[in-house]
Amino acid sequence: MAAGVATWLPFARAAAVGWLPLAKKTMPKPPVDKKSRNDEILFVNVSGLRFQTWKNTLDRYPDTLLGSSEKEFFYNEDTQEYFFDRDPEMFRHILNFYRTGKLHYPRHECIQAFDEELAFYGIVPEIIGDCCMEEYRDRKKENQERLAEDTEAEMATDAPLPPGSTSRERLWRAFENPHTSTMALVFYYVTGFFIAVSVIANVVETVPCRPLKGSVKDLPCGEKYSLAFFCMDTACVLIFTFEYLMRLFAAPSRCKFMRSVMSVIDVVAIMPYYIGLVMPENEDVSGAFVTLRVFRVFRIFKFSRHSQGLRILGYTLKSCASELGFLLFSLTMAIIIFATVMFYAEKGTKGTNFTSIPASFWYTIVTMTTLGYGDMVPNTIAGKIFGSICSLSGVLVIALPVPVIVSNFSRIYHQNQRADKMRAQQKVRLARIRLAKKGTTNAFLQYKEQRGIQDGDSDSTALCVKNRSSFEHQHHHLLHCLEKTTNHEFTDELTYSEMCMTESVGYRTSRSTSLSSQQGLSSSCCPRRAKRRAIRLANSTVSVSRGSVQELDTLQVQKSATGHQSRSSLNAKTEDMKLNCDDRDFTAAIISIPTPPANTPDESLPPSPGIPGILRNSRSSTYTQETVKISSL
Amino acid sequence: MAGCTRRCQQGILKFLQCLHRLVSGTLSKDKVDDELEMTMVCHRPEGLEQLEAQTNFTKRELQVLYRGFKNECPSGVVNEETFKHIYAQFFPHGDASNYAHYLFNAFDSAHNGSIKFEDFVMGLSILLRGSVREKLQWTFNLYDINRDGYINKEEMTEIVRAIYDMMGKYTYPALKGDVPKQHVDAFFQKMDKNKDGVVTLEEFILACQEDENMMRSLQLFENVL
Repeated sequence: MAAGVATWLPFARAAAVGWLPLAKKTMPKPPVDKKSRNDEILFVNVSGLRFQTWKNTLDRYPDTLLGSSEKEFFYNEDTQEYFFDRDPEMFRHILNFYRTGKLHYPRHECIQAFDEELAFYGIVPEIIGDCCMEEYRDRKKENQERLAEDTEAEMATDAPLPPGSTSRERLWRAFENPHTSTMALVFYYVTGFFIAVSVIANVVETVPCRPLKGSVKDLPCGEKYSLAFFCMDTACVLIFTFEYLMRLFAAPSRCKFMRSVMSVIDVVAIMPYYIGLVMPENEDVSGAFVTLRVFRVFRIFKFSRHSQGLRILGYTLKSCASELGFLLFSLTMAIIIFATVMFYAEKGTKGTNFTSIPASFWYTIVTMTTLGYGDMVPNTIAGKIFGSICSLSGVLVIALPVPVIVSNFSRIYHQNQRADKMRAQQKVRLARIRLAKKGTTNAFLQYKEQRGIQDGDSDSTALCVKNRSSFEHQHHHLLHCLEKTTNHEFTDELTYSEMCMTESVGYRTSRSTSLSSQQGLSSSCCPRRAKRRAIRLANSTVSVSRGSVQELDTLQVQKSATGHQSRSSLNAKTEDMKLNCDDRDFTAAIISIPTPPANTPDESLPPSPGIPGILRNSRSSTYTQETVKISSL
Repeated sequence: MAGCTRRCQQGILKFLQCLHRLVSGTLSKDKVDDELEMTMVCHRPEGLEQLEAQTNFTKRELQVLYRGFKNECPSGVVNEETFKHIYAQFFPHGDASNYAHYLFNAFDSAHNGSIKFEDFVMGLSILLRGSVREKLQWTFNLYDINRDGYINKEEMTEIVRAIYDMMGKYTYPALKGDVPKQHVDAFFQKMDKNKDGVVTLEEFILACQEDENMMRSLQLFENVL
């Protein structure tokens, strides 16, 4: 339990008054807790570090905590000083603010801790001096960005599906996150395999194979084994089409899906095949068709669904698109300038390659990227001078975009790595949180058990008492009050599921008892107890011999009785006996849980001490057979 | 059709802006505005003396209360989210958010979505040091969600349901059937004297004073602090 909420506990306990009119039983007794101003120099004690300052200094800023009367709440009469339970190191900076009027941000401190201190002392961060403001702003922005990224990664689609999701939603999830189900994983790998097959087929079919018998020319394999390649292509396209249609069906927003990059790539990958099917074997048109086959190479981009690295690369390029665009533009400017210059410089030469300015573009690009094919070379001196200037500036201009891309890539890559690490640790974290939560519930359940023992034997209190803080006492008291209000008890998951499992065992038999109609209203999950109640009533009203036999049967099935169960069952017996004597009215649907035997001070419980005594003695042996014996009494 | 043209225009505008940014090489705009929106709502309570006069607490108790309060909420106010979070920590078994919501409204006397220290301390003063009538009145206010002076079955059902939600799923005996509704029916049977379907403040106080169990329990909570 977080220590922070300790201060709210008295409040929550006081608010329990709101439950009182609803409660059917009296509330349990709360645990007893033995324990709660000229110009002068003020003493301020911050976690043991004593500061002294003039009252006037603090009064300079009346809209902060230290400057207003709010500090009176922290005044300690006994030691005549103001005591703050905060970080003494940070307080130094706060106090300096009062003294010098300038607030500084200590660089080695965590930005959030600093912000919290400022919030506590009522100081707005805007007044940080210019010397430290930039650093503060940068750190704050970085922190916020990192937090935003983390929350985005948390809200990633790894959360489990809500139970009421349609098949369409599940299909979409399977497509987006293949690792959620085995079927999706299988499909994912199959499509990956077929993409690879398709791409390799595209590549291999252009490799020259050995020619057919009787022919001299080398034939590309695509034409030699055209049928085989056609079949493979058909198979791949069928799979891709099927996948695309499935995704289209499952997509939550079909318009958005159709406009997304991946779906466009999908369409472009399969289109050439269908166009080829449709188009007739016409000579002039098939030329265009052949160029369409180029688009089949786009299938390789489908791999980006399978490879995270590819996606990161794509995302990097997208994120630094504006920088790249600008650099491209400036590069174009440089190319045009140098091409023009080279053209006019080489204009005079006979037989020159620089036939036009666009023709010089090729030379400029090759030179600026330091490729230097040598197919176009300047001959004049002016041309050579300008050519060398061109290649030197090319080195600079080309080198510029690289750091931008690299830094962006590394940032996104690290962010992705962090997301992966967090996802991996998420499971461990959730397990630990669940354990802690169970720990709280278990603590309460243990406490309840021990109260049962405790209140019974006053002598053995020393043995049973565990070392528990007063906070825990009070918290358990609060939970106890809630139980009394609603007349239901807290149990743990195991007991609950066990009870519900016996339902299927005993349900059929319970219906056969003639008292089942009476029990209908009494909503009990465990018919074992319902039947025991039936037995109780049987003793007084209707005799159901069949019921008792069946009960014994089911009881014998339940060999494993945890301590908790037996205790509650024993208590059920107390209650039933009481009901037997007093009140046969079973219309109240709330199963009134019996109060632990000696807990309540009221005398409204008729079964006096005798019965609890018997039950308590038999508590030590928690076998159901023993309880059966008692029940038959 | 109008939407289509508008979207087209916006698209063209964005494209031109992109082109412009491409040519001029401006970096993406720095989001300067939201950073300086660090306006913190900071509330300061009235003086110690005034609070001591208005509530039934001693100075020392008020000091203790305020220190805790201020530690938790440096800004001086509690909002509903924090409240729900606190209650979720106290009742980890179930879902305490609904009940926390109603409780929040009961404390938030000014109905402005936040509890200041004064509201907090006044509420506590009634609950811990108030007379029986005051406590019952406070409870009545808690149940009367819409503050019309009457508790009808719907309001009560909501409150009771919220309380049962706090118990969570794993209870003994298991919550089958509409247990809250039956609880509400029993409550109305006890409280609604003239059987008109609503419970007024007087009926409520009268019925509670007749209930000995409840009167006894009321005393138990006084030494909480």
